[in-house]
Amino acid sequence: MSVNQYDAIIIGAGHNGLIAGAYLARAGKKVVVLERREVVGGAAVTEEIFPGYRFTEFSYVVSLLRPEIIRDLELPRHGLKILPLPSTVTPMDNGDYLAAWPDHEPTRREIYRHSPRDAEAADEYGRVMARAAKAIKPVLSLVPPDPSSMSVRDMLGLIKLGQYAKSLSETELYRIAKLVTQSSADLLDEWFEFDPLKGTKSASGIIGTFLGPRSPGTAYVLLHHYMGEIDGAFRAWGFAKNGTGGVTAAIASSARALGAEIRTGAAVKQVIVKGGRAAGVALENGDEFQAKVVMSAADPKRSFLRFVESKHFPDEFVEQIKNFRVRGSSGKVNIALSELPQFTCLPGESPLHRGAISISPSMDYIERAYDEAKYGQFSKNPYIDMIIPSMIDRDMAPPGHHVMSCFVQYAPYDIEGGWDDAKREAFGETVISTIERYAPNIRRAIVGKQVITPKDIERIAGITGGNIFHGELLLHQLFFLRPAPQWADFRTPLPGYYFGASGAHPGGGVMGAAGKMAAQEVLKDWR
Amino acid sequence: MLETLELKRTPFHERTSRLSVAQNWRRWAGYAVVGSYELSLDHEYWAIRDRAALIDVSPLMKYLIDGPDAARLLHKVTTRDIFKMAVGQVYYTGWCDEQGKLLDDGTVSRLGADSFRMTSAEPSLRWLAMNAVGMDVKVTEVTDQMAALSLQGPKSRAVLNRCCSDKLDALRYFRHTNTSIDNVPISVSRTGYTGDMGYEIWVEAGQALAIWDALMAAGDDYGITPCGILAMDMARVEAGLFMVDADYTAANHAWIEGQKSSPFEMGLDWTVNLNKKGYFVGRRALEQEKKAGPAWKLMGLEVDWVGLERLFAEVGLPPQIQGMAVRASLPVLADGKQIGYASTSTWSPVLKKYIALAHLQRPHYELGTSLTMEVTVEHHRRQAPAKVVKLPFYDPAWKKK
Repeated sequence: MSVNQYDAIIIGAGHNGLIAGAYLARAGKKVVVLERREVVGGAAVTEEIFPGYRFTEFSYVVSLLRPEIIRDLELPRHGLKILPLPSTVTPMDNGDYLAAWPDHEPTRREIYRHSPRDAEAADEYGRVMARAAKAIKPVLSLVPPDPSSMSVRDMLGLIKLGQYAKSLSETELYRIAKLVTQSSADLLDEWFEFDPLKGTKSASGIIGTFLGPRSPGTAYVLLHHYMGEIDGAFRAWGFAKNGTGGVTAAIASSARALGAEIRTGAAVKQVIVKGGRAAGVALENGDEFQAKVVMSAADPKRSFLRFVESKHFPDEFVEQIKNFRVRGSSGKVNIALSELPQFTCLPGESPLHRGAISISPSMDYIERAYDEAKYGQFSKNPYIDMIIPSMIDRDMAPPGHHVMSCFVQYAPYDIEGGWDDAKREAFGETVISTIERYAPNIRRAIVGKQVITPKDIERIAGITGGNIFHGELLLHQLFFLRPAPQWADFRTPLPGYYFGASGAHPGGGVMGAAGKMAAQEVLKDWR
Repeated sequence: MLETLELKRTPFHERTSRLSVAQNWRRWAGYAVVGSYELSLDHEYWAIRDRAALIDVSPLMKYLIDGPDAARLLHKVTTRDIFKMAVGQVYYTGWCDEQGKLLDDGTVSRLGADSFRMTSAEPSLRWLAMNAVGMDVKVTEVTDQMAALSLQGPKSRAVLNRCCSDKLDALRYFRHTNTSIDNVPISVSRTGYTGDMGYEIWVEAGQALAIWDALMAAGDDYGITPCGILAMDMARVEAGLFMVDADYTAANHAWIEGQKSSPFEMGLDWTVNLNKKGYFVGRRALEQEKKAGPAWKLMGLEVDWVGLERLFAEVGLPPQIQGMAVRASLPVLADGKQIGYASTSTWSPVLKKYIALAHLQRPHYELGTSLTMEVTVEHHRRQAPAKVVKLPFYDPAWKKK
């Protein structure tokens, strides 16, 4: 029995769980990270589904992985390489395209080609958004204070937040107020006229949410896109070597080096509660682990409604978690290819093949795609964000062959009649035929494909509802409301039970902030 | 395909690329331009100061502003009194945001009663369009359609007189006129970015090469020399002329308030006409700043050569100064405390002095103030004695004559 005695147990070896484990081990705690699957990584995994072709199965880009985590856990030493994902291209229906480069001047020239007015607006828009992101960014690394609490810690937190808000200029405050309430369509219509530009920009406001560009609140999500800009050279936007599984492999390696134990094939059934405190976990196979502290890095529904009996939580809390919106809205199609897709608008191999390829010809296109999803169908003409990982990391596919990662929205979790094999097949077919319109050789190049619906995300990665952010990035689910009012500080109503995953503040993406901050709160409470 | 990934080529590229021995290309507003044609800048620099230098300045942003409200728009946007501007006149001016902080600077030429040409360093179409709401005015960008050459140096007038259909002796400083070369219509302004005698020649892009060839032929006897932008960068510091994003940050590019500059702080008092009629963008803020006096001022800084020699002598070297303008911020100190910084510094071959454009805090910007500026002496940061002087450093009698 003493073998299974730890200081802390982390449930789930996704990036947040591994990061939390690494930070706790770094502080000298005896930690075990328990993973249900045989592979670590959670939704940040790379798997060889077809021999020789490696898919970055779910999440596919690294955007906001916190610089301090990279430094603290010495991730470069453990093999983290973030390769540039430099450009974005939007194929247009008329055979032309719109490209965005990492360099300002060619991007400006490219937009100018389509709309001189938008070329200048894009410059100014980029600066305004980057400044707003800079203004809001410090908030992301704060532990959210509870505005209704009178505790010293929360009061100090609120004062800090208030002082910060006061340090912003009036224009900045108004701009932020507008950004958090507006729809991305309203925001972008204020700035731009060229449809493919607006379509592509609006797409980043709807990723992972069950909303369309015309839904209020989506403008705020656009802001997240600019957070990475502020880190300057440290900016961690790109494609991880070996896919996002490469990121979690580096974190796992660091965690192990720091002394954390990682057990795979260890599915947690329940959190053991003794004397009103979390005291350990029981696995599906009957094994038990004891610890002073248990942290869940699973999604909120699993963490609070499945792992812990409801009687250990106040009814109101249970109700709030039940109401937490985790509707999955996107799917993934991973394709193994015998040749490079030939886009009609980009004959041959172009530098744009090394970047993102976005099927987002207009905001209306995306809004229409959303209309279908609203009423329980997957989009007939979906928004697709493609990358060709093998063009960036040659180790992802056999020489001369390629893998393509297609993020597809919308694919509602609650599809009419429920997901089955026929619907999955039809969904995959819709994606292929959409791509085929722009890259006619795609079908004959397919060696194999993996179609992932939100139901599959839930089944494989264990995320309830299949939402890539463990819960939508909606205003009423952010900051001191994430995952539930009064419980945004990584603690839970059950003493000794902590929560540090994408469903906690500050939200999703391969950012790692939740795992790190949760570990820090655990250490603060340590007695 | 993917042509937008390459830097743009100016209308003179066919000529300039062939003459470019050094293959020293620089980026300027999305164009590739020659940094220096030769491996050393000397010959090109001295063409500006002693002969005639031909510089491709086509990347300048150019706008045509036409219509009954054209003057009204420019009066509102710039700090100068556009209503008092004569046809044929050119103004140098800055323009500000509502807080009176500089967005950019450039020239405005009055081509006709209702017709202007504006040049700028940064794209300005959006700013002009935003301010033109409700006005009867049309703003057209002609950056790519209009080629521009700068012919600078004491012999520039003689060169033009030899090839233009009209004599230019009567063209005064900051005036422009229309003429032609070999029947190609051109517009010539007595302007430049060197502080020497000089002209800028504006021509439709399709006719650019003919004008280049004609000027090179006409200038041959005067030692006309194609000149890159690096030599011009040295000359413009001598002339006390500054550059957006090198010497000041455009207000709309700034991350923080402290990065912004007002025209007063940049020494542009003479361009801010607070007596002009009506509203103009930034007026209220500028009026307040005028009353209070600017907290900063752009001044000339002249490094004391003897002091510099002494610092280098300590390590057994004569002074080592780069033979080109350096755009790197150098701390400027008063009694060991930093009170400013130099944004561009250069060796001045014509003055035989090490000079810098320096941003100094009040009260250290008074003429004659003794300060020190950072120099790197054999990998060590040292402070060289320097003196505040007025701009421009170099102001030849023939500049305006």
